[in-house]
Amino acid sequence: MPARVGVVMFPGTNCEHDAVLAVERLGASADLVWHGDPNVAGYDALVLPGGFAHGDYLRPGAIARFSPVMEGVGRFAAEGGPVVGICNGFQVLTEAGLLPGALQKNRGLRFLCTTVRVRVESQASVLTAGVPVGTELAIPINHFEGNYTCDRETLDLLRDEDRVVLRYVDNPNGSVDGIAGVCNGSRNVVGLMPHPERASDPLLGSVDGVVLLAALLGSAEPALHATVA
Amino acid sequence: MAPPERFSVLVEVQLREGVADPQGATIERALPALGLSGVTEMRAGKAFRFDIAAEDEGSALAQATVVAHRLLANPVIEESVVTVTPAVAAGSAA
Repeated sequence: MPARVGVVMFPGTNCEHDAVLAVERLGASADLVWHGDPNVAGYDALVLPGGFAHGDYLRPGAIARFSPVMEGVGRFAAEGGPVVGICNGFQVLTEAGLLPGALQKNRGLRFLCTTVRVRVESQASVLTAGVPVGTELAIPINHFEGNYTCDRETLDLLRDEDRVVLRYVDNPNGSVDGIAGVCNGSRNVVGLMPHPERASDPLLGSVDGVVLLAALLGSAEPALHATVA
Repeated sequence: MAPPERFSVLVEVQLREGVADPQGATIERALPALGLSGVTEMRAGKAFRFDIAAEDEGSALAQATVVAHRLLANPVIEESVVTVTPAVAAGSAA
């Protein structure tokens, strides 16, 4: 049975079809899940893709956190199910309290749309399982609010618990400690600003995102995440 | 039970001290163009105004504080100040 991936769509999400296509091409089946639907039963993994959920009004993710689907996402995560938030999805997960920290406006107040190099810093997450630490990947970023920040105690905790999943090789946005992606304490919820689904075909200029998406699908085996739970 | 009164609420949201504020810094750097060199500590923030119906001012403040903490500010990086005053009835203003 191929892994079933739910790709959550808020009003204003705009990377959902890219995410669906990228995981389908790796052998998964994928459905769009509308934000008004609190039921995410039956999926083996959830992706919160990029975009501007609810117009990014107030703060990116601030309104999306109250969408009914987030109850389901929270339950799914609490049961150990793999959840990945990409870009705006990462912002939603921090606002929802499923990941620590916050994403501020980029240093220099510039919208960034470019391909950056990121380094895998931990294999112990659903997005990097089996990817050697130190692996460098070329993956696009596309954000205004990608400057990861958290208080000192949280940063110490993230380092001590090996929860910094990805770091920028050249910090493009001022993120504390060069952080591009983090995971929760159970390591089944990951947020990252770079877009692996946009580095999933030679036509897109890079296929480096494939190892991450493949790791996610590997983590999505029902038997595997049942043991995490 | 007394009918609810209306209160006006002002919530001011600012980045916490120590959190970098590139917007405030950029605004401050523009000021010499106005011939002003003595302006420092510029911080950018947001202000929200709304009305709330409540039994009394204390209850209005409690509800407005929930709105500020749970929605209007992200406590990881922002802090908020809530001010509640009796609403001026429409048409009664001088």
